[in-house]
Parts: sequence; structure tokens; C-alpha cells
Amino acid sequence: MKRFLIPLGIFIVLVGFLAVGLKLDPREVPSPLIGKPAPDFNLALLSDPARQLSPADLRGKVWLFNVWASWCAACREEHPLLLDLARQGGVPIYGMDYKDQPSDAQAVLNRYGNPYVETVVDLDGRAGINYGVYGVPETYVIDRGGIIRYKHIGPVTPDVLNKKILPLVKELQK
Amino acid sequence: MRPWMIMLALWLPLTAMADEARPVAADPVLEQRMIKLSEDLRCLVCQNESLAGSRADLAQDLRQEIREQMSAGKSDAQVVDYLTQRYGDFVLYKPPVKPLTWLLWFGPFVLLIGAAGSLYAYIKRRGNRLAEVSLSKEEKRRVEALLGNNGNES
Repeated sequence: MKRFLIPLGIFIVLVGFLAVGLKLDPREVPSPLIGKPAPDFNLALLSDPARQLSPADLRGKVWLFNVWASWCAACREEHPLLLDLARQGGVPIYGMDYKDQPSDAQAVLNRYGNPYVETVVDLDGRAGINYGVYGVPETYVIDRGGIIRYKHIGPVTPDVLNKKILPLVKELQK
Repeated sequence: MRPWMIMLALWLPLTAMADEARPVAADPVLEQRMIKLSEDLRCLVCQNESLAGSRADLAQDLRQEIREQMSAGKSDAQVVDYLTQRYGDFVLYKPPVKPLTWLLWFGPFVLLIGAAGSLYAYIKRRGNRLAEVSLSKEEKRRVEALLGNNGNES
């Protein structure tokens, strides 16, 4: 009897590891940028290409940075949620139109509504690389000091918004 | 038609092909270096492909970025640093040795040594048991009786 216990024990431990591994999402790569200053950029606004916006302009407030594109289907999924959030007005959302035609992006905002205070245009994806963007949509929480506090990859779900992003924003706004 | 004209006609398409196969980058040495480095880097969009082999948009951008940094005189280590600062150690197919990855790097050796140890212990125990078994006089007699002819070949 005893000689079966050891293999059985090993097997159970192995199943435990595999079960946890199965639940992990390989797409969620921990970002090394958390706790670091938000990388700088100086990009033209979608609403007015003559004006530019830089993260330095947003010092002193907590803001969400949402990377999206008109060609990104998953972005449409989180769009209503972002609109809701913008309507509540708890936290400003700034967008970055990633590797996209500004006219296409504007068309999306005209059609589905605009949750963003401003959207900057990252035509060649350079600013995106600096933010470690590899799959749109991605959402960052940036604090008053311009430090990235949280990054969510993929569409924001009500669960993530209510359990992670909003509590963190409240905490940071204190 | 003269033979030399035929030769020329056959040779002309070859030059056309040679023209098409021109290297993408202006500097083939740099391109080789870029490809060699990006073979060890992971494409984050299609995670089981290397940055060198992926056709994903981001991979192309990152290859371009590496190309530019290399032509600006950055070393391979600096380029890798640039990428890990943005995407984390996950971009490296060969993770760095640090306390967090000790289990990954040394775990297999620990398992190997453990397995070799227990195999050695098992063989030794089994050897001891086997050595104790030898035939008694009675058994020897029975063996001879069974084999017949006093154990000689018939």
C-alpha cells in the first residue's frame, strides 16, 4: 500500500501545478513598466492635428490611458464600458490611436461615441513600442506623478473595471 | 539564330532573378546581425514564433527598430536591454539566471541528481538481495537431476 502513496502524491502535486497552469493566461505578460514613469511622447491629437499632447501635460491627475485602433475588433467590445465610465466622470480617459488611419479612427468615434478626453495618434507605432504594446486594446492606470500603476491587456471587462481599475483609481485619487 | 544569341537569351532571365533577390536592407552584414539576434527573441503577438520568423505587424516594427538601433551603433546587449525594458524577460527565449528563474535553470539538474541517487540506492539494495540467494545442497541435487546426465549435454 505504502509504495503506491509516493507516486500518488507526486501525481496529485503534478495535477495541482497543471491545473494552475491551465488557468493562467499566456497572453497576460507581466509588464516591466509597472511602477515606472509613463514613457514620454509628443503626439498630434486626433481632434486637432495641429495640437500635441504629452504625458507631462497630465501631471497632477490620475488618468486612464487606453490604446485602441479602428481595425481592432476587441476594442469595440470594451467601447460601451468606456463610454459608461466617461459618462460617470470619475476618471479621465485618454486614448491612443495605434497604427491607424486618423480618418478611420474618427469615423469609429463618430459612429459609436467618444469616451476619450483626447486621443493622440501614433501613426508608426513608435510610442506603442515604448509602452510595450503588443495587442490592442491595452489600458494603463497612470498616477499623479506620471507613474504607471496598472496595465490591462485585452478588452476591459466589467469585472476588471470594478475589481481592479476603479478601486485603484480611488486609492490613487486620495 | 547564332549560338551566342541563344546563350544570351537563356542568361537574361537569370539576371532578372538575381535582381529580385537583392537583400532587403542596405547593409547585409547588419541585416544578418539583426536576424541572428531576433531569432532568440520572442514575437509577443504570436508567442511561439521568433521575432525573426514572424510576419506579425509588431514583429516587423520591432525588427525595424532593432535595425535602426544597430545602425546607430548600439551593441546586441543594449538592443536586448531596450526590448526587455518594454516587454520584460518574456521576449527572451533564453531567460536570464536570477533567483526567480533558479528553479527553471537548476531544477532539471536537481531532478537528475535525485533520480540518479535513488537509482543507485535501488540497484545497491537489489544487488544485496541477489547476492544472498545461492543454491543449497538439496537444490543443487535437484538441478542436476532435472538436467539429467549429471548436467552434461546430451
